[in-house]
Amino acid sequence: MTELAPSSQDAMAVVRAQNLGLTFPTNDGDVIALSDVNLTINKGEFVSFIGPSGCGKTTFLRTIADLEQPTSGTLTVNGTTPSDARLNRAYGYVFQAPALYPWRTIAQNVALPLEIMGLSDKAERIARTLELVNLTGFENKYPWQLSGGMQQRASIARALSFDADLLLMDEPFGALDEIVRDHLNSELLKLWARTRKTIAFVTHSIPEAVYLSTKIVVMSPRPGRVTDIIESDLPAERPLDIRETPEFLRLAARVRDGLRAGHSYEE
Amino acid sequence: MRQLLAGKTAPILIVLLAIGLFWYAAAIWMNAPWQTTLNQRAGLDSVGATEFIGQTWSQDKPVLPAPHQVAGEIWNATVGTDIASKRSLAYHASITLSATLLGFALGTLLGIGLAVVIVHNDASERSLMPWIIASQTIPILAIAPMVVVGLGAVGVTGLLPKALISMYLSFFPVVVGMVKGLRTPEAIQLDLMHTYSATPWQVFSKLRWPAAIPFLFASMKVGIAISLIGAVVGELSNNAGGGLGVRLLTGSYNGQTIQIWAALFIAAGLAAVLVIAVGAAERLVNRAMGARP
Ligand SMILES: Nc1ncnc2c1ncn2[C@@H]1O[C@H](COP(=O)(O)OP(=O)(O)OP(=O)(O)O)[C@@H](O)[C@H]1O
Ligand SMILES: [Mg+2]
Repeated sequence: MTELAPSSQDAMAVVRAQNLGLTFPTNDGDVIALSDVNLTINKGEFVSFIGPSGCGKTTFLRTIADLEQPTSGTLTVNGTTPSDARLNRAYGYVFQAPALYPWRTIAQNVALPLEIMGLSDKAERIARTLELVNLTGFENKYPWQLSGGMQQRASIARALSFDADLLLMDEPFGALDEIVRDHLNSELLKLWARTRKTIAFVTHSIPEAVYLSTKIVVMSPRPGRVTDIIESDLPAERPLDIRETPEFLRLAARVRDGLRAGHSYEE
Repeated sequence: MRQLLAGKTAPILIVLLAIGLFWYAAAIWMNAPWQTTLNQRAGLDSVGATEFIGQTWSQDKPVLPAPHQVAGEIWNATVGTDIASKRSLAYHASITLSATLLGFALGTLLGIGLAVVIVHNDASERSLMPWIIASQTIPILAIAPMVVVGLGAVGVTGLLPKALISMYLSFFPVVVGMVKGLRTPEAIQLDLMHTYSATPWQVFSKLRWPAAIPFLFASMKVGIAISLIGAVVGELSNNAGGGLGVRLLTGSYNGQTIQIWAALFIAAGLAAVLVIAVGAAERLVNRAMGARP
């Protein structure tokens, strides 16, 4: 592969969007899902995307994953086009629903990308990633035998199993109750600290975004654009009760203001 | 008694009993005119009611044979006859069965093949589907003799022509079912494959095919039953090779109603056994694929 020598700034950038726009042509006119998005996600960052329904969060993640094609601007992933990044297996994608294959056991589901990519040491990878998401012992269960939260964790294990450095997560905990969600949030933080992956994480929840992220991207609809980018100054070590501290609440208030400023909840 | 009624057995038995009673009554009614003529010819004037009923249930060539006559014929022509003999219904059933199974296998393969082509190529759906549907609007009774006689003229006889007719009938439910089945994977499941940069073959073998398996079995249950019909219809066009269809045909030439009914029941029984066998295979595969019990 021939790569141009990247500048020191680019070397850090995993995802770089410049004036990115995406318009869906539909029967009743064009839908502008993204417009003029400028954003850089650096290596090792945990970036959350927050914004009202329909503001283009999923679309942005899908564009990074080469599941949608931008209609204007540029987008690079690891310095290459999203398509090349996909062919290089640069990212693991966690969808909003677990999307496990019902005829495969949990271990076989985690093995799916390994089979497709022809990776060796399957057994070791399966054991390691299932342990990472606390599902050791459930290898031979089928998805319907697991709770919704366990299924979602299995789908995270599947995205981790082939060791991509970038993790794209679209509301992975959206359908879960608060207790399970808290638990998975702190597990995810530990996992991120251990593996030093770059994570792009979509959520509807302000506390979740503030708790997890090093950077919070606030988006607004009509048309989907970035209204605020907030760098978090919370310490790396984050127990759950950090959510009662003044720093945390100050960040949460700023995110809420950002959402309001986007006129997002007005009619 | 209450327990019996709650289960499956009792309702089925009650229906069977009702059918049996109705059948015996119908046999009296339908065979009575001919029995009266017979008795008049024999000069028997005063036949008692009980005796008359007995007579209508034991004619040689009744309009409607009584159940016990059919059962007796089935018993005699299977257990009571050497299996290699041309009088054995088991022998004829085995001929029909082999044509059915061969035709079913060919039809299933053809159906799957067509479905795969259709699902992977939009143009082929538009060009193939109308022909596939048209093929099923032509009466099989018109096609069967052409196939059997035509192939016979070029020296192809025996199992294959009949199997081809079975195939012609049984591929259809398989195409329709499998086109639907291969398209059941949700967008998100397909997107997942895309994020892995999976090849089309990997998408097929690891996603579309396993997702289509339940549809395959549903289609095969229909397919196996009409395969049997295809084989019997094929046999009607060529009475040299034997088979249940030939028994039906010779029975109707000779007015052997008991023989016709016996062959019919064997055919129906065979169809039931085949459908049950496909169902059993389905359960096995389901279990291997982790389906909810
Ligand atoms: N395939 C598509 N065709 C047409 N319009 C689309 C398509 N996908 C998304 N859209 C539109 O693009 C806009 C952004 O959708 P997107 O799914 O990215 O929103 P979102 O921020 O993820 O919302 P949510 O929080 O509800 O998941 C919406 O108005 C949606 O209707
Ligand atoms: Mg979304």
